[in-house]
Formats: sequence, structure tokens, C-alpha cells
Amino acid sequence: MSDDEEIILSELDDDELVQQMHDDLYDGLKDEVTEGVNILLERGWEPYKVLTIALVGGMKIVGDDFRDGILFVPEVLLAANAMKAGMAILKPLLAETGAPKQGKMVIGTVKGDIHDIGKNLVSMMMEGAGFEVVDLGINNPVENYLEAIEREEADILGMSALLTTTMPYMKVVIDTMKEKGIRENYIVLVGGAPLNEEFGRAIGADAYCRDAAVAVETAKQFIARKHNQLAAG
Amino acid sequence: MSRRHMPANGLNTRTADATLRDVGLAPAREGRVLLLACGALAHEILALRRANGWDHLDLACLPAILHNTPDRIAPAVEAAVARHRADYDRIFVVYADCGTGGGLQETCRTLGVEMVPGPHCYSFFEGNETFAARAEDEFTAFYLTDFLARQFDAFVWEPLGLDRHPELRDAYFGHYETLVYQAQTDDPALTARARECADRLGLAFERRFTGYGDLATVLSEAAAPRR
Repeated sequence: MSDDEEIILSELDDDELVQQMHDDLYDGLKDEVTEGVNILLERGWEPYKVLTIALVGGMKIVGDDFRDGILFVPEVLLAANAMKAGMAILKPLLAETGAPKQGKMVIGTVKGDIHDIGKNLVSMMMEGAGFEVVDLGINNPVENYLEAIEREEADILGMSALLTTTMPYMKVVIDTMKEKGIRENYIVLVGGAPLNEEFGRAIGADAYCRDAAVAVETAKQFIARKHNQLAAG
Repeated sequence: MSRRHMPANGLNTRTADATLRDVGLAPAREGRVLLLACGALAHEILALRRANGWDHLDLACLPAILHNTPDRIAPAVEAAVARHRADYDRIFVVYADCGTGGGLQETCRTLGVEMVPGPHCYSFFEGNETFAARAEDEFTAFYLTDFLARQFDAFVWEPLGLDRHPELRDAYFGHYETLVYQAQTDDPALTARARECADRLGLAFERRFTGYGDLATVLSEAAAPRR
């Protein structure tokens, strides 16, 4: 097929369409991804199937290429915007059709830090993986986190920081949870460009997550472990 | 592979900024103490050297663009110290932490060389104490120095893809409020340029004359003879 030949999404069969949606997501083509989602829904696909196969499947390729240094932040942001547009259509339908729920996460950027690109990607991919996400936004003092995890009966607390000057605040939050005797009630995941595994361990987090894909996999593992412990107990 | 030539460090024009950004600066090999610096500080360091007659200080710079990939700074400093160590009595590293998360400090400790205290150049230009005192109220500020104002496109606009996708601007800068231009020199044209950068980012503009701040003090200590 030549480059300038127009592709009519509605004329593609399901497999071709999903493949094309992955390409469009990779290229950050919001309108095309939205159109693809609508076509699949019209063809009778369950919203959850559209989400996981067409959108999350496509973002996985984006995430892998970002990890491998093939794609960079601007391209990932464009892809995320395209996925967000697709998810906006699916979200109300997912609520109606009772898609499987993995667990609940409260997430936010720490006090003194206004950076939220990584956090937003994690939120989106966690939602895509079936987690309910309560996003506290930026610049969160310890009180915001504690109030939200209790109110929302969250399974997971996620904290993000971009600055070396703000990342130590994660320890303040975890230490406060320990003082209040609630640390073990939650899975605590941390992430952000200047962090590493050693830092995550040192502050008492359950895990450091290098990127959104790792955050999703780590969250799934911890939730499964929690369920196994409950079943055994 | 072609290799761009590093200029000798009699650097005296701003036309060398692109080289300081991508290549760095080779030492002139005419002093006993080597300042191993970020290329973004070359003009300021050479101005201080001239003003104070620190002829025994030589200067070598690593590419300033490492600013955008802080994980590469400590290994680059380590390699440069190894390369130059035999030629000097002492090496002083003119980097602050610069986003290395303590990594550069650890590298310098292992190598037995000193470095600039503080989190980054925005802090030491303003004075580490002053900057720290302001930090709590000023975390919605985006900073430019003289060098970064001149090199705004190469360090900010293009790496963030805003030349190709200006619609992403608010995803990056939506929570920022002010662009603080920390002026090392009085240069109306550069102030106008910094103001234009603020406009492009959709931020309020503030010019704050810092001069060389703690850099002058730190280099003065580095220049002092050791017993």
C-alpha cells in the first residue's frame, strides 16, 4: 500500500483495524483512534475488549519503545492523548457493563512538586488495566494522601516526584503511615525520574516503578499476593 | 566518525554557545588547577577568572546538553577527571548536584575531588541559602540563566518537542506560573529574549539579577592556594 493511499478504517476487518489503531496510537492520531473505537463498538465489541486489545495493546508498544529509547516523551504524550480520547468514550460504557476490577489506587505528586506527566501516564495505564484510580493531582502534603486512602478504601498508594529536592517527601508520607499504624494496610508504589530501586527500599516503599507499564505489572502482582494472603488467612 | 573540534578556552564570544552545548571546551593547559565545569557555566567562569586574575586556573567543560540527561553527568565527570588528573595539581568540579540525586557527589567523593554545593545552578547563582528559603513558595517557577536564555530552543523547546507539537505546551508547563530569568549580566537584548521565552511558554516573566552568586565565592575558594 503506498503511503499516500487513504485508509478507510471502516473498510478494514477487525484484525486489520486493531493493527491500524495500534499504528495510529503510536503516531498520536487522536481522531483516528476515536473513530476506531467507535467502529469496534458498532461491530459489537465489548468496551472492555476494545480497551484492552485496541488501546492498552497499542500503548504497550509505545511504552516498550519509550523504555528502549526509540520513542521520547513528546511522542508518548501524543500517544497518551490519543488513548485518553478513546478512553473517554469507553469509560461510561465500562461502568455500565461491569468490567473486571483489579483494585483501587490513590495517586498524587508530592508536596512542592508540580510535575505530573509520569503520574498521569501511570493513572491512565492503571485505569486501562482495570484499576480504579483516584488522582490527587500535584503538590500533595501528607494529609491529602492519608485522608484519601482512608476515604477511598484504597489498596494502593502511588507517589510521584520529579525533583531530587522533593522526592525525600515520600519518606515523610510513609513514616507518617507507620506512626499511625496503617502502613501495612496499603501497597505503596513510588516513581519518578530521579528515583531508583535503592531509594524505594530505603524509604520503605513496597516497590519503585520505573515506568507506567512496570507500575501496572507491579500493582497486579501485589494485589494478587494480597488476595492469596487473604484466601490463606 | 567525524569529531567536532573543541575550542581553546580563550572563549570570548557567544557564538561558541552551540559548541559549549554539544561538545564542551578543551583546557588551554596553562594552569595548575583544573576547573572541570558544565559548558553552561563557561562564560561566567572565564569572566570571573579574568576579573580576579586567576591565571593558575584552567578550564575544561563537558557538553552543557548533559543538563537534559542528568544520569550521564557523573560518568562523564569521572571519565574527564581520569583523563586530566595527571596534568594538574588539583581538579575542582564546577557542577552542583544537577539532578544526579547525589550520584555526582558520591562520584566526587570517591575520586577525592571537590564540587559546588547545592542542588543546581539556579540555586547557586541566586545563593544556595536564598534559593532554599524561597523554594517553598516558588516551586511553580521555571528558571533560565543567561546561557539557557540564549539556548532556550536547544535546551527546552526542541527537546520537549514543542517545535513540532506546540499543543503539548500545557502538558509540560500547565502548572508553572512564572519564568524567572536569573540574569548573570546586564544585557537588555538577553532580557528581551528571556521575556519572549516566557511568552512562548505562557508564563509570567520576572527578571532577577543574580550576578554570579555563590559561584564567585566557591571559585574564589577553589583558587586559593592549598597547604
